[in-house]
Amino acid sequence: MTRMLQSMKHRGPDSTGYALYRRPADELIMRIKLADGASVGDIEWDDRLRRRREEVKARIGAAGARLAAVDEINDYTIAATLDYDGEIKHLADYVESVPGTEVLSAGSALEIVKDLGDAESVGRAYKLDGYVGTHAIGHVRMATESDVDISNAHPYWAYPFSDVAVVHNGQLTNYHQWRRRLERLGHRFASDCDSEVIAVYLAQRMQDGATLEEAMRMSLEDLDGVFTYICVSDDALGMAKDELAAKPLVLYEGDDMVVLASEEIAIRAVIDREIETYDPYESEVMVWTR
Amino acid sequence: MDTVAPPARFDPRGLVELDERVPGTAQIDGGRASFDARELTTRQINLELRRLVYELGVREVTVRGPGAKHSLGVGILARCRITFEGSLGYFACGLIDGPEVHITGRVGWSACENMMSGVCVIDGNAGSLTAAALRGGDVVVRGRVGARTGIDQKGGTVVVLGDAGSMTGFMMQRGRQIICGDAGHGLGDSMYDGTLYVGGKVASLGIDCVPGEWTEADTEFVARKFSIYGLGSPPELQKFVCGKKLYNYDSLEPSERKLVL
Repeated sequence: MTRMLQSMKHRGPDSTGYALYRRPADELIMRIKLADGASVGDIEWDDRLRRRREEVKARIGAAGARLAAVDEINDYTIAATLDYDGEIKHLADYVESVPGTEVLSAGSALEIVKDLGDAESVGRAYKLDGYVGTHAIGHVRMATESDVDISNAHPYWAYPFSDVAVVHNGQLTNYHQWRRRLERLGHRFASDCDSEVIAVYLAQRMQDGATLEEAMRMSLEDLDGVFTYICVSDDALGMAKDELAAKPLVLYEGDDMVVLASEEIAIRAVIDREIETYDPYESEVMVWTR
Repeated sequence: MDTVAPPARFDPRGLVELDERVPGTAQIDGGRASFDARELTTRQINLELRRLVYELGVREVTVRGPGAKHSLGVGILARCRITFEGSLGYFACGLIDGPEVHITGRVGWSACENMMSGVCVIDGNAGSLTAAALRGGDVVVRGRVGARTGIDQKGGTVVVLGDAGSMTGFMMQRGRQIICGDAGHGLGDSMYDGTLYVGGKVASLGIDCVPGEWTEADTEFVARKFSIYGLGSPPELQKFVCGKKLYNYDSLEPSERKLVL
């Protein structure tokens, strides 16, 4: 995945993100961001992070989850392994009630890793070389309409739906309408990026009983603007393209794998032979299950 | 064989990067040359192509392993034959004037953009915006093409054996397209002139695109293109042209209209 993303660095040098999936575990894995990087001259930084970390652990317990393990990935990111069988929204809201924190992902298989910099530096900083998983999506970002920080980087977790993540290329023109609608239904938004609305939209549709594919088909009607997005869950991978086919996507379907990317050069980074690839057409939704 | 890289120099065409050295790794045999592109950067590949075609006058070049890199074979302005053994990325063979190019794989978006003359045959599929603003020459795609094929086309011919995406021939002004498969929504939207031939189903016609009357000249044209590129016998085609309702060059200004009335 790092090789694929690095080959498309020219598309977005700001930040890089991964949604990594492994075989579903019995526990819940929650990736939590404690802050969005230190501000200059903040002398209480270390102290504040330490307090937040302790507070997050306390609130996880208060929400009714048992903390099986905590992996301190770096100063501002922790991966918590939890025994919990309640509602994820309840737990995530409890954790995020600590000021400055954000739940990057939650699920039994999903872990989202995102930070500033290109794929090689993020991959190195988060030691992803040794990660063994089943499938993944990634994103390199060139910010157009929102800030360059970790919250605004892709992939987005489909809060509060476990194990669902989205990456998006494009601009949504009815973002504010959908954000207000979804906020009224009780969802929280961690960023100002229009792409986040896709993740939350799909989560809401799936909560209402739609399958991933049905939710994605509905999104073609409901979302305005130009987009190609990829949505992935613990057992499915889907792509959707708007009715103008304004954003690229190259698809390779092999006997034992499916690879998609904005440019074929990324697919070539992992498949070193001549392959048959094609671009899906407008208004297409395709879903593959494991 | 001389493999010492000649120094990169400024070229009046403005195409040579001063800070990149020509790799000079091609094997030259008479009028033919070939080189492996796997370890080369985009600029090195294009510089090597230019060295062979412009400086050494080689007329047949084979590039092995282009690996879907972008912007390869762009702006070659001489008669020559170039074969890419593999797939190319975005902006392949744009702005060319003269070469006969054969790509054995597929191409990404905007292949043959603004091509002036020559031929480009693509054995695989092509992305969106293929032959955008094509001015002349022939672009032949044996697979399928994405959306907006021949957008703003001003001449030349596009032949596609597979399907075409939406808005094919959008705003085309001259030239012809032969789509043997199905065409997506908005075929020939806002076209000014030119001709679209479609063999399969048309999802919907664009604004001011109407069926045209088939003539002997159409039969002859299609048969000629198919025989040149050895594409077998052409399928039954429908013809679409501009309805000329959308624009009207001799319409009166509002002030003039008042005078007439």
